[in-house]
Amino acid sequence: MLCEKCQERNATVHYTEIVNGQKREMHLCEECAREEQVGSFSFSPQLNLHHFLAGLMGPETGRTFIPGNQLQCRACGLTEREFRRTGLLGCAECYEQFSSWLKPLLRRIHGTVRHTGKIPERTGGQSKQRRELQRLKQELQAAVSQERFEEAAKLRDRIRELEKQMEQGGE
Amino acid sequence: MGLRENITNPFSKWMDGNAPEADVVISSRVRLARNLASFPFPHQLSKEKANEIIHALQLAINNKKTRAAVGPMELARLAELTPVERQILVEKHLISPDLLKTREEETRALVVSGDEIVSIMVNEEDHLRLQCLLPGLQLEEAARICALLDDALEQTLDYAFSEKLGYLTACPTNVGTGMRVSVMVHLPGLVINGGIKELLAFIPKVGLTVRGLYGEGTEAAGNLFQISNQVTLGRSEEEIVSGLGTVTEQVIARERQARQQLYRYRRDALEDRVWRAYGTLRYARLLTGDETMKLLSDVRLGVNLGFLKGPTPRLLNELIVLTRPAYITKMAGKDVPPAYRDSLRAKLVREKLKDLPE
Repeated sequence: MLCEKCQERNATVHYTEIVNGQKREMHLCEECAREEQVGSFSFSPQLNLHHFLAGLMGPETGRTFIPGNQLQCRACGLTEREFRRTGLLGCAECYEQFSSWLKPLLRRIHGTVRHTGKIPERTGGQSKQRRELQRLKQELQAAVSQERFEEAAKLRDRIRELEKQMEQGGE
Repeated sequence: MGLRENITNPFSKWMDGNAPEADVVISSRVRLARNLASFPFPHQLSKEKANEIIHALQLAINNKKTRAAVGPMELARLAELTPVERQILVEKHLISPDLLKTREEETRALVVSGDEIVSIMVNEEDHLRLQCLLPGLQLEEAARICALLDDALEQTLDYAFSEKLGYLTACPTNVGTGMRVSVMVHLPGLVINGGIKELLAFIPKVGLTVRGLYGEGTEAAGNLFQISNQVTLGRSEEEIVSGLGTVTEQVIARERQARQQLYRYRRDALEDRVWRAYGTLRYARLLTGDETMKLLSDVRLGVNLGFLKGPTPRLLNELIVLTRPAYITKMAGKDVPPAYRDSLRAKLVREKLKDLPE
């Protein structure tokens, strides 16, 4: 018997659903069955990380047509529902568009929402300088509070120089 | 030697037994997830766009800077490889099984360096997955090589990067550094003395995960385990590498201690187990995959403890890959039923071990 959805592969999943006395039968191949999430408990022998992610997001809220509450990514068209199904975002822009529910999720996974690792040389733009500036400012504060004034003066000069560089570099 | 001939060669640089802490750590791996800006992630990508990415990467790896950083590399589309060749790449740990799970094989590709230390998966879950795989415990070196490759590629490719969240990845579990570091460790001592349970419970508490390789569920055929980091955001690359490094050193110390204790207090039983395994591998006429892994683990323990001199660690590493189903199929030249595979496997092992001293 061929899979009734894709009509390509053999149907290996035979599923009977009885809802309010209405009987419905489905004959699908494993792949389509997985897509349809038919009786998903029986086809994922390994715990699927992506389903786990959706669980971490908490229950789906009823919020639908609230203006400004993005349910679909403007760039790639991915919906929150699709993310819940696959655990994958559609494009880089999704991170911006879905930030309202992504942030708590990221916090749950990583414990933070702030990247402190590598910054790419070219694509990173001024990120590197901004992080360096932040570091210098913290050092300056420490130097001042500990009355290491000579060091503080040097740090202040370096901060000024870096700020000037960034102004010239920025458009 | 071209990529396809390389695949057939059972040896990969990571199998070199002559490496730091190789008595416990088989290999170290660093993987970076990278995506290109202004392209949707692979699962949302059209065939045309996917091809553009493959072309862009082809140019990037031919770039002088990339060659200077990691040497020459070769790109192959998945569709150019036979199913068996693809499976062999998985068994050599050069690509993930996920790269093969697709109906659109023409959109996927891989890049491999001649010594197979460096590889790149193209259009798997992310556009690029850079990988460096080295023998023994060499996480810093693997991270250094990955960073060199990453820097070189970034000269020509525009990465999807955000100042706040770092490198953007299809799955939020990889965002930030996009870095996954792992070690493959052989822990027969801890499995025999039961210490493994404690270890399996401890490792998740320090932000790492551990899983058995080559086995179903929690069983680890051949006592091989993989330990890797879980968190990719909010820590620097150095912190991630040193975090796993420190834990691995602890694991090495405990495993060595367990082995020494077994050797001291249960010497006869241990030697018997090792010699029986060696004898079986040398003379058996039928070997299943799992049994082979188990026997190879026992033999390796004997080699590590120094009383079994015949096989080298390198040969044992090669045998792990050679005795997996894909290689057996490749050698038979056709798809063979499992029962016949067991006979071919036993023959192969016998031949590899026959000229070795006792």
